[in-house]
Amino acid sequence: MESVGEVEAAADQLATEAGLDEEARFHVTMAVHEAAINAVLHGNDYNPALHIDVSMENTGKSLVFVIADQGNGFDPKCLPDPSVPENILRGTGRGIFLIRSLMDEVHFRQLHPGTELTLIKHLSPASETNPQKGETADGG
Amino acid sequence: MALAIASREVDGVTVLDLSGRITLGEGSVQLRDSIRDLIGKGQRRILLDLGDVNYIDSSGLGEMVSAYTSARNQGATVKLLKLTKKVHDLLQLTKLYTVFDIYDDEASAIASYK
Repeated sequence: MESVGEVEAAADQLATEAGLDEEARFHVTMAVHEAAINAVLHGNDYNPALHIDVSMENTGKSLVFVIADQGNGFDPKCLPDPSVPENILRGTGRGIFLIRSLMDEVHFRQLHPGTELTLIKHLSPASETNPQKGETADGG
Repeated sequence: MALAIASREVDGVTVLDLSGRITLGEGSVQLRDSIRDLIGKGQRRILLDLGDVNYIDSSGLGEMVSAYTSARNQGATVKLLKLTKKVHDLLQLTKLYTVFDIYDDEASAIASYK
């Protein structure tokens, strides 16, 4: 978990240097926190022999965070929606939901082994021609 | 900052004053154990003061939900007090705002148990 704290702190620094306001910074650090936790806990099954790879970048237009684990992979399309009535009282399952809600784009890529999650926060409002959040899941 | 938990009694209600973060590895288990201990001792009215909690992750939310359902199954009630804006927004985002009874002031929260 110490590594998750370090990743979160680095994400907060990048967001601060990019000039994000407090709310946007919180969204970024929380999403990155959730992604890192997922990679350690679910992706790598908390196996100390496995590690997570994290990179982060300010492209000028976006903050891009890439978190990869070395686990068995998963299909993000199969995740239940934790906000619907039949799932609302579940004790788990909100991590990916929060990531999708807090970031502008979320992309999954299966690495075989492992899963790579790319989180993107735009530094400027989305263009009028592309108002929807983007998400891709590469099953390849 | 780890989670600090202080307990006090007000009109038969146990108020847990929480301070810090409720996250995996930093407080979610503490919170669960504290509530479980209270219920085990027969306390049925539990109020979580979250005024000094500025960060709850998905694990923390999960523990709060588990505490709520576990308490309910044992005839106890867990309510929330003084959400910060960040926590308020998280509960709205996850629709958990519809699950918990939430209060802005302690007097109203305590009165709701009567």
